[in-house]
This record gives sequence, structure tokens and C-alpha cells, in this order.
Amino acid sequence: MSTRKGLIAAALLLLATTGSAFADTDRGLNLGHLASPGEISPWDIDVSPDGTGLPPGSGTPAQGLIVYTQKCVVCHGVNGAGGTFRTPLAGGQGTLGVPGKRPVKTIGSFWPYATSVFAYIRRAMPYDSPKSLSSDELYAVTAYLLQLNGLIGQNDVMNAQTLPKVLMPNRNGFKPWTRGD
Amino acid sequence: MSEDRSELHEAAPVAGNGLLGRQAFVRGATALATLGYVLRQPAGAEPLPIQPWMTQPNGPVLPYDRPSRFESNVVRGAGDRQPGSPIGVGNIKTPLHLLTGTITPAGLHHARFHSGIPDIDPDKHELLIHGMVKRPLVFTVEALSRYPMESHIYFHECGGNSEIMYADEPSQGGVQGIHGQVSCSEWTGVRLAILMEEAGVDPKATWILAEGADASAMTRSVPMDKVMKDALIALYQNGERVMPSVGYPMRLLLPGFEGNMQVKWLRRIKALPGPTESRDETSKYTETYPDGISTQFNLYIEAKSVITRPAPELKMPGPGLYELSGLAWSGYGKVNKVEVSADGGKSWTEAHLEGPGSLLAMTRFRLPWRWDGGPALLQSRATDNTGNVQPTRAQMLAKRGPWANYHANCITTWSVAPSGDVTHVYA
Repeated sequence: MSTRKGLIAAALLLLATTGSAFADTDRGLNLGHLASPGEISPWDIDVSPDGTGLPPGSGTPAQGLIVYTQKCVVCHGVNGAGGTFRTPLAGGQGTLGVPGKRPVKTIGSFWPYATSVFAYIRRAMPYDSPKSLSSDELYAVTAYLLQLNGLIGQNDVMNAQTLPKVLMPNRNGFKPWTRGD
Repeated sequence: MSEDRSELHEAAPVAGNGLLGRQAFVRGATALATLGYVLRQPAGAEPLPIQPWMTQPNGPVLPYDRPSRFESNVVRGAGDRQPGSPIGVGNIKTPLHLLTGTITPAGLHHARFHSGIPDIDPDKHELLIHGMVKRPLVFTVEALSRYPMESHIYFHECGGNSEIMYADEPSQGGVQGIHGQVSCSEWTGVRLAILMEEAGVDPKATWILAEGADASAMTRSVPMDKVMKDALIALYQNGERVMPSVGYPMRLLLPGFEGNMQVKWLRRIKALPGPTESRDETSKYTETYPDGISTQFNLYIEAKSVITRPAPELKMPGPGLYELSGLAWSGYGKVNKVEVSADGGKSWTEAHLEGPGSLLAMTRFRLPWRWDGGPALLQSRATDNTGNVQPTRAQMLAKRGPWANYHANCITTWSVAPSGDVTHVYA
């Protein structure tokens, strides 16, 4: 489209919309379209602490170690110790609230919900190809990280039922901010 | 004229180390106009030169203008990146010391990013509103552009801005490096409440999730009362489309709240019965106190100010009259007082505040200062219209401890040495 045609089209659109927009405000413009469940599904990737949003599938720490070795260890290091990206994923338990000592914040020492770990990996990891892991891979690598932190056993299976029940050590370590803090 | 000049040069200071009263600003423009200037001796002065650009037409006219080539130092920068972290993770900061007024040029707005800057085609970008609503809806950018819009001037500050103020040693990163994750713009867009009403929100939905279209799908939870009160889907920044690093083609604006919650590249809003406890509201953006307990949902930016001139980046050329100037803001409302000290907080005087100042926008403050060439410790302290007073660093640490990381709003001290060098000190 030429610039001139584009300008004319834009001007006509503006005229058309300013004519109707304000007349319709009271009952809403309703310029969105109704979204079907099938449309929403690929974007609906969040997970709540009670497990709402977790997909079908499952994984174990052993399976997770394979995924971790293939896709995570380059940045996060062996045993989640922190590699290229120097944030450790494991350890640090017992370092919160120790006088004079900087807390070491990891999944095991700091994260209050296991579901948040799953949801974060699901949306943002691996860094160079986020949203590429299957549900089974997500459960598996989450299971591996939880096991690495001593929060589940070697043979525990993580799925939509078991993951929300994992007790995180710092679950009660948060309080809502109030003015004056 | 000479009387006016002598008045300023000889005026009695109203606070220690040469601070002159803000009333100097209203005594007359002529007095101000002579700040720091000395007439050239008529004898021996060269005639004013005829420069090349005065005698020939020149220069192309650009379709989109840009700053003079002599302003090439006015750029974002001083970003920090965790060593070894991927290229797309980091921030880039506003050169506060090189700007004045209150509006940040769009291209100089600070940016924090977690997976680079997405290159979004606006014709393919969509906003989904779903969850606990009667009618889940999808809006195109074109559709949103047809809704009635509002413009507001709001500051925007990263919750991690000035984090280095918690460090044991004062950072020498300058005002840009220490405080450059704050900016202020005129934002234009559609009230989110209008769209939520069209979707029909279940009264039991007390939070929303907001999610970005960037590769990391930045996700934060926001209380529904804020959503319905003044949340804006911003499509424009200072009159033009929102810049790519600031959220093009649309971003969430939550006036007065910490920047990270104001999700950029916004693609999804989900009404929920509670927060999803996302990574960036649990593992990050929480403040851990000495007892090990962390505060969560640290929503509001508290009263804060900083002197932007002088600053460590700007060496003082020599003793004489100067204008101290800086920025002040508060997420609770507006700044109604900024006090300035030149002696490390022993004595204070009120600075002149420019303009009436609108709610949740930046305020520019100014104060004349006669520097005698001796050591000086410059500080500013903001008070907002709700009585929230900017704390000293010692007060902030006493309350939150050294590992809170976020929302550092304490007073900054610039130390001016007789050499004219300005450094950051703790005082």
C-alpha cells in the first residue's frame, strides 16, 4: 500500500470510529472477539499454588537429570550449583535469618511453592528455547530440582496431584508488605 | 543589573555551606540570569565570530529528527548484568544527569528485560482477557486503538532501582548507574477497567495475572482493586507509540507501583481468586529482612529524591554560584516538599518545586547554591502529600537490614571535593 493510500485509509478509519466510539461508550464498544477454549489453551500456561493449571503428564528425578543434562547444565551447572549463570538452584537451606550472614536464595531455601518452579520453567526456560519442553519433561526437570534440594525422594513421581503437595521449607517465610515496611 | 548580581553573590545563606533560599528564584529573572556569569573585559575581547553555519544553508531534514551529533553522549547505559548471564538479561538506565524537566525522552526511558527486546508485529499482537470472566475476549491492537483513551504523566521506577544503595561500600556508578532505572512519560492508552467490564469479571476474582509476549513471558499478579482503579493499557509514550524496549505495542501501567509489575509487551490478563505466586513475586522482588522473613507484593514506590546536578558524572568547574537540581517522586501521590542540605544533613532548606506537580508524576526541584570551593556534602530529602518522608540510608538499613535488595529509597549523598570532583559517599 502506498503511503498516500495508507493515510487515506487511516483517516477514513479515524472518521468512522470517532463517529461511533463515543456514542457506544455506555454499553461498551465490544471490539474484542469472544475467545474459545481452544484459542485460549496455548497461552494458558500459568499454575496456581493449589495446582490449578497443571497439565497431564508426569516425571521423576532420574528422568529430569537427563533433561537437565541436555538443556540446563550449560548455564546452571552440575547439581544446580550455578554455572555460566551464577545463581545456584540448590543449597542454602538454613541461611535465612542468620545474623550477619547474607541469605543464599535457591529453590530449596527460598521458593515458597513448587508450582512456581514448574510454571517458571514452563514459560521461560530453557533460556534459548522457552516453551519448548513437553509436560513430561517439565515434571521431570522440576522433580530433579526438588530432589536435588532434598525435598522429594529419588523415586517420587511429580504430576498434577503430587507437585502442589511438596512442602517447601520457606513456605511460611513470606508476609504481605504493608505500608511502613 | 549589577545590583541583582551582587544580591545573589552576597546573599546570606539560609542553610549551611552556601545554600541560598528558594526565594531567590522569585526575586526576579534578572537575578537568575546573572547566576555565575562575569562580564568579559571589553578591552582585548575578539568580535563575536561568524560561524560557517551562519553563512550557508545546510543539512538534510530528517523524517524522524534525532539529537544533535554534539549530544551523542546523552544515551542510556550503565546497565549491569550478572557476570555470564545471557545477553538478553539486564537493564539499561536513563542518563538523569544530562536531562532536565520531568519528561524522559522516549528513547532514553530505562528498561529492564529478561529475554531481550521482542520484535513484535503489531498486526499479529493480541491481548487476551480470560479466567474468571463471563466472556473471555481477544483484542487486536487496532481494536484497542478505537477505544476512548486517556493521557497521564506517570513516573515509572524499577523495584530494583538503586539496589546498590544496600551495598557495604558506596557505588561510584554515578547518578545514572545508581538511580537510572526511573523515568517519567506521558502515557496514553485505554483503561483496563473498561475491558474488564466488557469481559464481565466474577466478583470472586480479587487478583489478575498479567503476562508479557516476550520469550520469558514475564508474569506478575496485580490486586483487582488496582486494576479497576487506574490501570492503563498504554499504547503511546510521549505522543508516539511505546518504544520497543518499553513494551511495544502495548504495556500495562500501574501508576505508583513498582515497575516490574507493569508488564511490557502485554499479551494476557487472567482474572483469578488469588496471586499465582510467580517467580518474580516470590524468588525476586521480595525483601528479605534480617529475621529471615521476606515481605511480598511490595506494591508502592515510596517517597524518593535525588540530586541530578551536580552529580558524579559532572565535575564542578570551580567555586561560584550553581543551581542544584534534581528529581523527586512518590508512588503514594505527589511530592510536596524537597529539602536540600549541603553539609551532610546538619542543616536543610526547602528547594523550589517546579509546577503544581500532578499525581504520580516526577517533580523537578531547584535551589541556588554558592559553592565556596570547600568540601560539601549534598543531599535531598522528599516528603510526599501523605507524610511519607524519604529516610536516611541508616534509617533504611535499620528497618530492612542489608539484604532487602529492593525499593531502596534512601537519601543519596554527593561529596564535592575542592578539586570539583563529585563522588558518592555514605553520610
